[in-house]
Amino acid sequence: MRIINFSHGDFVVIGMYTAIVLYTQLGWDPLLSLLVALPLGFLLGVVLERLILSRLVDVPEGSTLLATLGLSLVVQNTLMLSFGASPRSLNVAYGSATVNLGPMTLSVIQLVAGGIVLVVIAGLYLFLNYTERGQAVRATSQNRLGAELVGINTRSVHSLVFGVGVALSVAAGIILIPQLFVTPVITGPVFTLKAFVVTVLGGLGNVWGAIGGGLLLGVVEVLGAAYISFDYRDAYGLVAFLLILLLRPEGLFGRTVKRV
Amino acid sequence: MRDVAHDGRDRSSEDYSSENSAGRTPADRGDPILQIDSVDLGYDELLVVSGVSLEVYGGELVGLVGGNGSGKSTILRAVSGMIQPRAGRILFGGRAVGKGSPHQMAEMGIAHVPMGRQLFPNMTVEQNLALGAYLPEPRKHRAGSLAHVYDLFPDLHGKRKVVAAALSGGQQQMIAIGRALMLRPKLLIMDEPSLGLAPRLVKEVMQAIRLVSQTGLPILLVEQNVKQVLQISDRTYVLENGKLVVEGPSKQLMGDEKIRRAYLGL
Ligand SMILES: Nc1ncnc2c1ncn2[C@@H]1O[C@H](COP(=O)(O)OP(=O)(O)O)[C@@H](O)[C@H]1O
Ligand SMILES: [Mg+2]
Repeated sequence: MRIINFSHGDFVVIGMYTAIVLYTQLGWDPLLSLLVALPLGFLLGVVLERLILSRLVDVPEGSTLLATLGLSLVVQNTLMLSFGASPRSLNVAYGSATVNLGPMTLSVIQLVAGGIVLVVIAGLYLFLNYTERGQAVRATSQNRLGAELVGINTRSVHSLVFGVGVALSVAAGIILIPQLFVTPVITGPVFTLKAFVVTVLGGLGNVWGAIGGGLLLGVVEVLGAAYISFDYRDAYGLVAFLLILLLRPEGLFGRTVKRV
Repeated sequence: MRDVAHDGRDRSSEDYSSENSAGRTPADRGDPILQIDSVDLGYDELLVVSGVSLEVYGGELVGLVGGNGSGKSTILRAVSGMIQPRAGRILFGGRAVGKGSPHQMAEMGIAHVPMGRQLFPNMTVEQNLALGAYLPEPRKHRAGSLAHVYDLFPDLHGKRKVVAAALSGGQQQMIAIGRALMLRPKLLIMDEPSLGLAPRLVKEVMQAIRLVSQTGLPILLVEQNVKQVLQISDRTYVLENGKLVVEGPSKQLMGDEKIRRAYLGL
């Protein structure tokens, strides 16, 4: 573990193209695609972990970073060859539907996405804290040798974690595509960058920090877009990111993890 | 410095343990739980350990001492299947130790208190201990094992809701030992548990090890600290540059003038 995955956003993109293909070829609604893509995304993650990352345990941290960056390039260019460079999207009937809550107008898709995110967070929380396997994941991330010595097969934990990560990325892409445009090489890095900002803001390896970092990034971007200028939307988050890191290099909620 | 001519393969009459078998001799204890039989060990080109034989019998506390780089951890790596002997063999419970990952050692019933403790720093004392009983068999006995560990180390009970990182070095060592006991192992192996601890805490940890030994669990204790080990162990092996140079009942080694001068600085 302790892998910074620089192909994270490209799995979101894979999810987006999956939803587009299943919709145009088979007429599947993205929510139906989701059910199929979750297990397939998990399998993809497990296979990639076994093929690439499992060969890189006990090596300097930069190696996994380079490996996932390489993976990112492969995914991007494969998608480029298959789908071309022009932006695609997916028009579903409820794509622009909204509901009014008092003075607020909310997009149905964003409500659904938000609801799924809440379910996922609750699920991960329960899994990590209240199941044996979840405790094994936490143990492995805190001390791999210690985990091995109590009998945890940390290789299978690594595969599990990467599988879940890829499955969730793919799911995010499927849920969001009715609202966004996707291109093979640009969309992925934007998501990766945001994910990176969010995790670093929260303190690497800190789940609650990541949630707080995500909320903060979203609010900064939206406020900047509304009150300063819409054109620089992506920049506001990065500016805030730099400012915060200058003041708190360990992230907003980061603690320096002591080794014991 | 050689006090005993010993090549490990041929246990001759010069062997301390056979020469002066006072008190608890291995002979009347049946088969050893761990039997290291004249092994050569190394890495790539490098031969680190040669002709080492060592046994741990039921209920024994056996010390393996030697200076930094003498090959102690290499022997433990071979016991846990992380490296394979180039010559000789290692039997655990009468069966050869195969090649494998550390987690398979736990499945076989060998608990390891590793160098540097290797706790889960952001988990509570109790979560650390509970994870010691992660495997299906020990998990069935988790509650009982936990009570047993708290019995041995009452200090841990008072701190059970505190994260491991917040405890003192000595208490962290208790957690590491306690976590190993949760496995309900057949053999306990410790790699330099006193490393980096203040002298007062070293005494505390040695007492804890003695306490665990008195429950009947066989222990192989690896240390640089010869004096401390001789005081609590039943038998001790002394390793120098990958070869055994002295072995015997700890009481006898303590009383031996040559050994006191060479290894204890007395
Ligand atoms: N993984 C390794 N690869 C190569 N050489 C090693 C490795 N581990 C230990 N050694 C060498 O083996 C010798 C014995 O090391 P070790 O068994 O760790 O000694 P000890 O535990 O007694 O301090 C040392 O010279 C060390 O440099
Ligand atoms: Mg060592």
